[in-house]
This record gives sequence, C-alpha cells and structure tokens, in this order.
Amino acid sequence: MLIYTIRRLLQTIPVIIGVTIIVFLLMHLIPGDAAQAIIGEGAPREQVEQIREKLGLNDPLPVQYWNYVSDLLRGDLGDSIRSNRPIADEIFKSRFWITVELAVYSTILAVFLGITAGIISAVKKSTPADIGVMIVALFGLSMPNFWLGLMLIQYFAVDFGWFRPSGWGDWSQTVLPVVTLGTGGAAIIARMTRSSMLEVISQDYIRTARAKGVRERIIIYRHALKNAMIPVITVIGLEFGGLLGGAVLTETVFAVNGLGRYVIDAIRARDFPVVQATVLVMSLMFVLVNLLVDISYRYFNKRIDFD
Amino acid sequence: MINMPAETGTLKDGTPESRTGPWRSLWQRMRTNRSVLIGGGFLLLLILVAVFGPLLTHYDPSKVDYSTKFLKPSAAHWFGTDHNGRDIFTRVIHGMRLTLSVGFISVMIGAAFGIVLGIISGYYGGKWDTIIMRITDVMLAFPGILLALAIVSALGKSLFNVIIAVSIFSVPTFARIVRGSTLAVRKLEYIDAMRTLGASDSRIIFRHILPNITSPIIVQATLRIAVAILTASGLSFLGLGAQPPTPEWGAMLNDGRSYITEHPHVALFPGLSIVIVVIAFNLLGDGLRDALDPKLKK
Repeated sequence: MLIYTIRRLLQTIPVIIGVTIIVFLLMHLIPGDAAQAIIGEGAPREQVEQIREKLGLNDPLPVQYWNYVSDLLRGDLGDSIRSNRPIADEIFKSRFWITVELAVYSTILAVFLGITAGIISAVKKSTPADIGVMIVALFGLSMPNFWLGLMLIQYFAVDFGWFRPSGWGDWSQTVLPVVTLGTGGAAIIARMTRSSMLEVISQDYIRTARAKGVRERIIIYRHALKNAMIPVITVIGLEFGGLLGGAVLTETVFAVNGLGRYVIDAIRARDFPVVQATVLVMSLMFVLVNLLVDISYRYFNKRIDFD
Repeated sequence: MINMPAETGTLKDGTPESRTGPWRSLWQRMRTNRSVLIGGGFLLLLILVAVFGPLLTHYDPSKVDYSTKFLKPSAAHWFGTDHNGRDIFTRVIHGMRLTLSVGFISVMIGAAFGIVLGIISGYYGGKWDTIIMRITDVMLAFPGILLALAIVSALGKSLFNVIIAVSIFSVPTFARIVRGSTLAVRKLEYIDAMRTLGASDSRIIFRHILPNITSPIIVQATLRIAVAILTASGLSFLGLGAQPPTPEWGAMLNDGRSYITEHPHVALFPGLSIVIVVIAFNLLGDGLRDALDPKLKK
C-alpha cells in the first residue's frame, strides 16, 4: 500500500511538470507579439516594452521557463496585468474556496442522485422506471450546463422567485448553480452505476446467493453494490474534472466569483498571466483529486492488483 | 447471439464477405438496435435540415429589423424573433450547419491525429509509447473544457480557433483508445504469423490492424462529436467562438442572455437545438457501442 502510494505520487510529478510546460507555452501560442496582444493594438511602444520586460519575454525560452517554475515553487503565480497585484492573493483569498465549495457540493449531488438512480434502474431493469431514468440521464448528459443554468434562473429564480439568480453565499444562491453543475455528472454516474450493477448481478456469486435464499434487498445492497461501485469510483474522480471545467460556464451564468469567472474575466481583459495561473491551479486541483481517488480506491480494494 | 465473431469489421484476410459475413451480421445487429435506429434516423433528419433547411424559410438570418423585435412564437415566426427582430427559427436552421460542421470537422481532425499517435504507441511500443502516453496524460490533466478554453484564449476568439482547440482537446482520448485496441490486435497470433511471413509493418497496420480497430473508433467518434458540440457551443457562449451576428447557437444564447427575463423564447430554442443534436449523437453512439462490441452486450 505504501509502495503503491509512493509510486502513484511519483507518477504524478511528470504530469505536473507537463502541465506547467503547457501552461507556460500558452503565452507563446499567442499569434504575433504577445506583449502587444496583451496590452492591445495602438499602445505606446514604451508600454509594450514594459510589459515585455515584466513578463520576461526578452529572455531565451528555457530561461523563461526556469524563472516561471522557480516562481511557482515559491508560491508566486505572477502579477495581474490589470491590477498589478499578486494573482495568488486574489485566487486564494476567496475565489479558490468558492469554486471548491461549488465543485464539492455538485459532486455530492451528482454522486447521490446518480447512484440512487442507477440502482433503481438496474434493479428494475426494462421497466418504465428504468426507461424513465435512462431517458432523463440521456437528457442530463446532453444538456449544455450554461443553458440549463439560464433556464433554471428563468423558472426558479425569476418566475417562481424561490432562489436568487446570482452570487454565492447563502443557500438561496447555492442551490441553482449546484444543480446546474451536478446534473451532467449525475447522468454519467447513473449510467455507469446501472451498467456496473447489471454486470455484477449477472455473476455467479449473486446467483449463488439467490439460490441460497438470501433476501433480494441484502443481495443488492450488501453483495452487489459493493462490487458495482468499483468502476463508479473512478468515474467520480474523472467527473470531478468535467465539473471543474463546467464551473467556468456555471460561474459565468450565475455570476459566482470563483476561479471560473476569474479566468473568463481575465480572457476578456487579455490579462494573460491570470489566465495561465487559473488554468494551472484548476488543473492541479484535478490532478490532486484523481491522485486521492486512486489511492483511496486502492485502499478500499486491496485485492485489486494494479500491475 | 451465440456464434458472435470476436472481431467485427472486414474479414481478416480482407476478402469480400459472404452473405453471412461480419458486415452483414453487423448490419443485422445495428438494424435491430433501437438506439441506433432512433439516434441515426434523428441525425439523418437533422443533416437534411442542415442541408435543405434554409429553403424552408424566406427570412434572412442576419438582417436586422427593429419593427419585428421580440415577437412571440407564432405561425409567421415559429420560434419568435430576437432583439434585432431576426427570425429565430431561421437562425437556428442556419446554425445547424455550423454546429454539425464544427462537430464533424473537429472530431475528424482530432481522430486523425489520435489514430496515428495511438497506432504508433500501440504497435511500436517502447520509447515512443512512453512519450506519447505521457503527453496524453498531461493533456488529460486539464479538466474538461479548460484545455480548449486556454488554447482559444491564446489563439484569439473565432470559430476557426474553436475548431482547432476542440480538435486538440479530442486527440488524447482517441490516442488512448486506439492504442488499447492496437495492443489487443497486435497480440493476436495471426499478426505474429504475418510478420514471420515477411509482411511489412505498413501492410500489417493498414490491412490488418486498422480494419480491426474501426469499431471502437467509430463509437468513440460518434460520442465525441456530442462532446465537441457541447464544448464548441460553450466556448461560443463565453464569447470566445463564433461572433455575432453568426447564428451559432452558443453565441445566440450569449447574445440573447440579457433579454431572457422578459423574453424567454430567445434563449429557449437555441438551447433546445443543442440538446436535440447532442442527444442524437449520444443515442447513436450508445447504440453503436452495443451493436459493434458484443462483449459489452448487456
């Protein structure tokens, strides 16, 4: 177990290095003169030069990367061009935590709804309940979350007045974004749970349990569910990524001041260091969550041999 | 369903199939799969609408006319009109072309690169395998839409750049799947036999590996178009893709957002259109997976 954990940790390092390389190179993907693009056409030459100097664009590429990484290791994500203030302060003051909250609540909702629906569907296979759940899941999977958000605002905030349409803080602001963001994940988890349950239920040991006369309820919840959850856990980890990405859209729709909205505002203001920093932080969150999922997965399923 | 061939696709030696050959049994399975029928039929209809739809309407998708602003859905304007007095039905129909093209083109580009990388990785193995797989690991470490978003933010906002970004975003998924399938086929004994008989790598890859891995590629491509359409419309919704007055659905939603409280129909129809197109691809993809991969049969 310890060896697995260490090995898994070591495997993460090249991925993290790769992520920093891609995020670093983004600045060089800007067509033409990056400094000019950031400050906008028609800016005075001295200002462009100033930006170029500030971003270190005059140095050779390897030197730039080296400086970038050594700054990162000191917890320095660079300065915002717009506000001239350290980006790390802005991110970790509140934005990061808001996005974490949004993502965690949505994951909980997705897992709860998805697993429940998936079990119902599998246990009642080919009944109207199953077909109904699968049709709803197909919709959930196919709906753009920004549109779902707009519709929820329209009906539940504007028409019925049950919730507030924007912001983040108390429950009346939290429910709609969480539902918006959690729906897609719930659909995917429901489908995964269903197919995994069906596969487990058809196995010999379940048939044996049935033949022994074990009650159906116990078969489902004690024997089948435990094994059916194994692939579902991996999906939950991966879905967390989709969810973080989706947070960009959800936060924009609901005017939630998290990381997602920060990156969009930064793109609009051509504040490129902020774009880089936010993308980096969100990717590292995803890598970390998957690391934790993998390790806990291994911990709960000691009999699985990974290599 | 007992004598199911292990691999679907062409016969292994590439001879034309007999009446009971794999293509035929494949067709049988596809024809009897409800998801394939519904999803495929639906999609065919949508493609027809994209091609011939503009003939159905005499309105101009981008001509501004304030006298017809915000009309409710009616016989004259099926989906109503938007803040510029443009017929939303006409714009949605024109947007269908854009949406389907963006989905098909970006997935085709992504699949092409992914297939090449996946085959190199799976067939040759070794150093190239390690390098390619590490790169896909890194690309998949960017959560969801974020990689595409970051690329567009650097390249600049346009529908063309969205296609590039979504293509790149699709490459690692294809590379992974193709690598896995290639590995499985490569291990088959007859491939070893071919090599012993002196068949060249390119002959083995093109005549034997590629035909045998088409099923997972087709399934993945279909499902991936759904993801590509959602991603591309998301980027346009964020103002990074198609720009007004282009009748792209995501851009239409972004454009109509400010008026949604008073005039909900402005945002309803472009969104519903995205849902319908994505459902068609998801249904078809699900059905194809069941039909093409008997091992996964419920």
